[in-house]
Amino acid sequence: MTDTKLSQIIKALKEYDGEEVRLMEVCGTHTAAISENGIPSMLSPKIKLISGPGCPVCVTVTAVIDRLIELSMQENTCVLTFGDLIRVKGTYKSLADARADGASVKMVYSPMETIKLAMQNPKCTFVFAAIGFETTTPVYAMVLEEAIKADIHNLKLLTSLKTMPQVIRWVAGNGGGVDGFIAPGHVAAVTGSNIFKELSKELNIPFVVSGFEAEQLILTIYALVSMKGKDGIRNLYKSVVTEEGNTKAKELVDKYFEVADSSWRGMGKIKGSGMVLRKQYQDYDAGSIGLDEDHMPKGCSCASVLVGKVRPNDCPLFGKSCTPDNAHGACMVSTEGSCYNYYVSGRR
Amino acid sequence: MKVTMAHGSGGESTSKLISEVFAKHFKNEYLDKLEDSAVVPGNKKIAVTTDSFVVTPIIFPGGDIGRLSVCGTVNDLLMSGARPMYLTCGCILEEGLEIEVLDKIIASMAETAKEAGVKIITGDTKVIENKGGEPGLIINTSGVGFIDENLDVPGPFKLQDEDAIIVSGNLGDHHAAILGTRMGIESNIVSDNAPLREMVEKLLDNNIRVHAMRDVTRGGLGTVLNEFCSASECEILLNEESMPVSATVKDFCGILGLDPMYMGNEGKMVLSVHKDDAKKALSLIKGSKYGENAGIIGSVRKNKETVDNNVVLCTKIGGKRIIGLMYGEGLPRIC
Repeated sequence: MTDTKLSQIIKALKEYDGEEVRLMEVCGTHTAAISENGIPSMLSPKIKLISGPGCPVCVTVTAVIDRLIELSMQENTCVLTFGDLIRVKGTYKSLADARADGASVKMVYSPMETIKLAMQNPKCTFVFAAIGFETTTPVYAMVLEEAIKADIHNLKLLTSLKTMPQVIRWVAGNGGGVDGFIAPGHVAAVTGSNIFKELSKELNIPFVVSGFEAEQLILTIYALVSMKGKDGIRNLYKSVVTEEGNTKAKELVDKYFEVADSSWRGMGKIKGSGMVLRKQYQDYDAGSIGLDEDHMPKGCSCASVLVGKVRPNDCPLFGKSCTPDNAHGACMVSTEGSCYNYYVSGRR
Repeated sequence: MKVTMAHGSGGESTSKLISEVFAKHFKNEYLDKLEDSAVVPGNKKIAVTTDSFVVTPIIFPGGDIGRLSVCGTVNDLLMSGARPMYLTCGCILEEGLEIEVLDKIIASMAETAKEAGVKIITGDTKVIENKGGEPGLIINTSGVGFIDENLDVPGPFKLQDEDAIIVSGNLGDHHAAILGTRMGIESNIVSDNAPLREMVEKLLDNNIRVHAMRDVTRGGLGTVLNEFCSASECEILLNEESMPVSATVKDFCGILGLDPMYMGNEGKMVLSVHKDDAKKALSLIKGSKYGENAGIIGSVRKNKETVDNNVVLCTKIGGKRIIGLMYGEGLPRIC
C-alpha cells in the first residue's frame, strides 16, 4: 500500500457521511490495539467501533473463579493461572484476594512451567486454569499431551474454553446491532478463515480478518464500511491466516477436547460454544462441568457491554465507583477488557 | 563463606565483615575514621534524599543491587538540580548470603560511586534470618547534594507553555531485563542502571532552562508525565514516532502485552525544557555517556482554552490516545 492511498483511506474514514455503521471487534487484542493506536479518534462519528465478547477473562462466569478459589484453599493444592484472571472477582473475591488469605495461587508465564512444577512437587496437586478461545486451547492440549507422556498425574485442568462462531451468532441476534465484524486474527490463524465464510452468509453481515498493526486495522475498517449490507469475507491477514487454519493444532485439540455447551458472562448458556475434556481424559479434569452460575456485581453493565448494547462509558459505574484500581466487573480488570481500554486511553 | 547471625552481633565478626568488605571497597577520608557519624565540610544549600532497594535477583543482566542503590539515590539528587556529594549505605543481609556475592555487590557499589563522583561516607550492617528462598540483601542509601547558589530548582509544577519534552534514552530496558530474568526468558536485554551526573551537570553548566526533571523509574514515563500535567495544569502532547524504545524491548512488550510507556528504568530521565533551549539541551545529553538515544518526544500546551490536564499520544498512524495513570501490576496478557 502506498502512503498516498493509505492517507486517502484515512481521509475517507474521517469524512464518511453515509449511514451509521456499527463494527464489532471480537478479539481482546484488537480492542487493545485499537485503543493503543488511537483509531477511534480517526473515524467519522458515523463509524462506531464496538467491543464484543473477545476477552477470555471477561466472558468467564463467576462459578469458574469460585471453583478455582475453592481448589486453591484445599490442602496440597495449588492453582496456576495466566495473567489477568488472578484479579477478577468471583462471587465474593478474586484469586488475588484468596492468595492474600493464604490460598495457594501461582501465576505462570509459560504453559510448560506447569509440567515442571508438577514434576518437582509430586505431593502437590496443581490445577491449571485453562481459560481462553480457540487460540489458547491448543496450548492446553499440548500441556496434557506432555503430562500424559511424562506420566504426570498431579496436574489437572479447570477448563472454561470458548469458541467464537457460536457467540458471534448470538451477539448478531441479541446484541445492539452489528453491520460488520472485525474477525479475530489469532483465532482465525488456528481455525482458518473459512469458519467465518458460512457465518457471514447466514447472518448477511460482512467479516474481515485482520492483523493487529494500525495500518491493517484501518484497512479492515474501510473494507467493512464499503461492504455494509452485504455478506462476504475478506482476509487481510494472509501472512498468518489461511482458509483451513492450523491443521496440526486443530488435530491436537480434537484429540483431547470435544464440543460442549458453555456459559458466558452476562449471556447465559450458548449451545455448542465451548470445549471440554473428552471422557477418556476425565482424570485430568478438576471439576469443570456444571460451572454455570454467574453473579454480576450490582449495577454492573458488563453483560450489555460485552455484546455491544451499551458502550463502557455509558455504564453508570464507569469511571465513578468502577475504575481499574477498584473494578466491579471483569471488563475493567483485564488489559484486553473493553472498559479498561476505554478508561485508560480516554476512548469514548 | 556465608553471612551468619554472628555477623550482625556487633562483635568481632561484625568488625571483620565491615573492614574486609565495606571499608575495603568504600575507602575514603570520611569513612575510614569509622566514627558514629561522618563529619563533612559544606556551607551550601543541600538536597537530601533516601531510597531502599529490594530487587530480586540481586544480580541481573547489566547490573546488580549495589550499582542500582547508588544510581537510584544519585539520580534522585540530580533531578533536584543538586550536585551529588555524599552517600550513606545501610545493608540488611540475610543469613546464608555468600560473602563472595556480598563482596561483589559492595565492589560494584564502590565502582558506581566512583563513576558518579560521590563518596560513601557512613554505613550500617544488620543480619536477619533467612525466611526461605535464595538469601539476599536489602540496601538503603541516603544522599546529600549541593545546589548551585543561583539555580532555579526545577519542579513538576514549573512546566511552561511550548516547553519541549526530552527523554534521555530508550524506555523499559531495566524493567524488561528484570522481568525477563524472573520469567526465564532468554534475551539480550540488559538493565540501563546508570548514574546521570554527566548529562545533568552539562545542562546545569550551560544554563539550560530546565523547568522540570525526573528520573523515569517505577511507573514509567506515563506516570511521570501525568504528575507533570496535574502539577502544572497543562497538556503534554507526545509523538509516538519519536519515542525511543529498542526493537528487542518492543518485541518483549508485544509478547507479554506490556506498554513501554509504563515500564521502569534506572538510568533515564525526562525533562521539560524551555523551547529555545531544547536543541542545545538535546545535543548536550546526546553527547553525554548514557544519552546517545535521547530525543525530543513532545511539547507542553498551557493557558490554552481547550486544555485538559492530559498526556496525549499522537500515534504513528495519526490517531490520538490519552496516556492515563498506570493501573494494576502490569501483568502479562493471557493471549
